[in-house]
Amino acid sequence: MSEENPYFGRAARFIGVLKHCQVLGMKIKEASAKSLTIELPYSESHVGNPSTGVIHGGVLTTLMDTASGTMVINALPQMELCPTLDLRVDYVRAAEPKKSIFAFAEAYRVSRNVVFTRCTVHQGDINEPVANCVATFMRIGSHMSPPEFQNTIIGEGGK
Amino acid sequence: MAVFEEILKKSNTTGDYHTVLQAIPYAQLIGMDFQKFGQDVIFKLPDNINNIGNPILPAVHGGVVGGFMEMSAAMHLLMFLDTPTMPKIVDFSLDYLRAVKGGRDTFAECQVVRQGSRVANVIINAWQTRREEAVATARAHFLLAQ
Repeated sequence: MSEENPYFGRAARFIGVLKHCQVLGMKIKEASAKSLTIELPYSESHVGNPSTGVIHGGVLTTLMDTASGTMVINALPQMELCPTLDLRVDYVRAAEPKKSIFAFAEAYRVSRNVVFTRCTVHQGDINEPVANCVATFMRIGSHMSPPEFQNTIIGEGGK
Repeated sequence: MAVFEEILKKSNTTGDYHTVLQAIPYAQLIGMDFQKFGQDVIFKLPDNINNIGNPILPAVHGGVVGGFMEMSAAMHLLMFLDTPTMPKIVDFSLDYLRAVKGGRDTFAECQVVRQGSRVANVIINAWQTRREEAVATARAHFLLAQ
């Protein structure tokens, strides 16, 4: 997917400014008005249980929070930074070590004050999820995001 | 990696779990630590530029706050139940109450609400300036080693 897709560009620029996402190594895989996928390659530094090499739940939480939050940006008509209100996660099965994980996110309802999202983490087959998450984000209005930050995310003449 | 099991076993006898935390890569990545005050334990996430999400506020990434609280709960169970393996997280519900500001340390405290033979329910509270001003509160279920 190329940078010509405005949703992809927005999403890539957004996670590009989130320092911790860069530390973990997240990459946008796919983005549209409807959905978004972020890929996170396996790293030894993400391990939560050294006996098994399985990555820590916190890495999944961060991935799902980021994927859901970035989806919120793409679901809104204007650039709005929306803080997370709550995040509920089910860890369905342990992620297989040495393999990338993917977070697929959708914003299934955008109301005047709140955006509702759902997100699934998998390792190639979405029907075999590693984790599931639903989250809510508070709309605080586009005036709460500084213009320079909005421009950074929206990009040159982009949406 | 049998090394980690050895570390766990040793901690079960010595009661010092810092070695366990030091052996967990993710705990080291976010830079967390803890301190015991008698029977109480307080977990700490020191201010770290690498944990920042929103660069404008700046704020600690919400996921890192979640990861820190999850890890705190797992360590808390490990310490108080003397389990020989890491408890496995089943679900996690996190409410963000205030912005978790960059430039400040974050703390967490856990409480085991119910411990059955297989599952434990833990609540976790996180704060920055004062305990009464929680920045996030969470609830988690863990599967315990049979």
